[in-house]
Amino acid sequence: MTISRTERLFSYAILVLFAAAALYPVLLILSTALSPDRIGDTGGLHFGNLADAWTQGRFGSYMRTSAIVAVLVVGLSALFSIMAGYAFGTMRFRGSEVIFYVILLGIMVPAEALVVALYFDLRSVGLTNTLVAIVMPQVAQSVAFGTFWMRAYFRSSSREVVEAARLDGAGHWRTLWRVLVPMGRPAITTMLVLIFMWTWNEFLIPLVMATSENLRTAPLGLAFFQGQYTAGTALLAAGATLVALPVVIVYLFLQRHFIRGMVEGAVK
Amino acid sequence: MERTQPARAGAGETHGEPATGRRAAKRRGGPPGEPRKLAYLYILPALLVFVLFIGWPLFRSATFSLYEWDGLGSSTWVGLSNYSAVFSDPALRGAFIHALVLIVFYAVVPVSLGLMLAATMMRAGRMRGLGVFRVLIFLPQVVPMVVVAIAWRQIYEPTGPLNSVLRAVGLDGLARPWLGDYTWALPAVGLVGTWVGTGLCFVLFLAGMAKIPRELYEAARLDGARARQEFFSITLPAVRGELAVALTLTIIAALKTFDLVYVMTSGGPGRQTAVPSFEVYRHAFLIGEVGTATALALVLTAIVFVVTVLVNRIGAERGQR
Repeated sequence: MTISRTERLFSYAILVLFAAAALYPVLLILSTALSPDRIGDTGGLHFGNLADAWTQGRFGSYMRTSAIVAVLVVGLSALFSIMAGYAFGTMRFRGSEVIFYVILLGIMVPAEALVVALYFDLRSVGLTNTLVAIVMPQVAQSVAFGTFWMRAYFRSSSREVVEAARLDGAGHWRTLWRVLVPMGRPAITTMLVLIFMWTWNEFLIPLVMATSENLRTAPLGLAFFQGQYTAGTALLAAGATLVALPVVIVYLFLQRHFIRGMVEGAVK
Repeated sequence: MERTQPARAGAGETHGEPATGRRAAKRRGGPPGEPRKLAYLYILPALLVFVLFIGWPLFRSATFSLYEWDGLGSSTWVGLSNYSAVFSDPALRGAFIHALVLIVFYAVVPVSLGLMLAATMMRAGRMRGLGVFRVLIFLPQVVPMVVVAIAWRQIYEPTGPLNSVLRAVGLDGLARPWLGDYTWALPAVGLVGTWVGTGLCFVLFLAGMAKIPRELYEAARLDGARARQEFFSITLPAVRGELAVALTLTIIAALKTFDLVYVMTSGGPGRQTAVPSFEVYRHAFLIGEVGTATALALVLTAIVFVVTVLVNRIGAERGQR
């Protein structure tokens, strides 16, 4: 298709404008995080602020909690979703349609409708302020999505490959883990990446469930931290940088999966 | 991007059951696809967490919503009066009105911008470096909302970048503490939603438009179609499906705004930026009105369901080709 030079230049100008707008707040935080914190400090990049936030701001501890929560949520939801998706995608059993649609409805239930009741019920059995209370509700929400996602993959997987595996004497369990899961790496990676991002960024569930400081996840720790500091201080921005860093790094390396997950998952 | 993405519901349900190979049926356990009890074992863990952490809490929310309870003492049965409070209490009604305003900023503006941007790129044909721009423009979707809130708080500070720019260009009169301003706090929060949502819409529409056969445009141009005609007669009808998805995701995001308000304004000044999710949290955990909180949460859930179904139905109907 041929278009004029000016139109092409105009298109680039618009792209640059939008990219700049998307980047500006991120770069603002980054530059504030690396700016001199104390009066009398000289110019240059102050990476020491990140270290200060890590220790003084206790972000090291918040990040550790977040990492544990993320590993548990991603691991459990992936396992449960792959198993359920396998059953819904390749087996026929009574009630499969109804059960699947009920789980699908679960994707729509906002966390707001769950946390209040969940908090008081878990409190009465002494489970608030535990990893269980922070992890399991997120596993449930992720499994609702993951089951939907994996079912779509298993339905599209080749029948011939499964038959071949069976003729080689592989049982249903081995067929799943030795044949279908390795073949489905792209789909599974996309699911893992999305669940990781949702879990790392989750705010409401840990806010309600973690009542003591040692169970605060990174975003939660950051929110409490900013309550004590005015906006624009280097230490606060350094904390924000640390909290955003893991997701942004994963995004930069696996951006195809993030974008594909959104586009395919939504339109499929 | 939120974990609860309703647009995924109801999608991709058209495949028929794959034919089962009879040949292998004699194998141990039979092939997948045969009726079997085993499937229940496979779905058991998923079903169990689902029932325990979504089904049961939902049922309990419904129960709580019929009582007046401060979270500690004894509770009193009040029937449906918590629900009538949701619709009659001016403060709670205000929260829903604020959510409506946010929908303009979260959904209407990003969808329009995303359409415009994607259409411009498609018209330009193969553009070098589009991939890189796509990654950058999508970035706001992955940054934790709390970090986003902190960045924008800094931008809106009385002495922050926004006011500095306004003063530098001689618009001192417009400079103000944005988040403390009764009129401007809500639009200021909304603008952040625009910033977050635009990249998502852009990427969705770009993917949708990439599937349009190039010949359609060439034929249209031979017929002398202008950019505007091209857009309304070819591009827009072709991305109706993506449009429905983008609208659902962004409207739900607007309705469920919580992190942003919690960190940026706590609902203030006054209750100018109070939104439904924040009111759920405030009633349940700050002012001890658990019944009102759960009633409000369930009304919000119902709205989310209705919006999802409506938007997708409209998208599906018009999307028939």
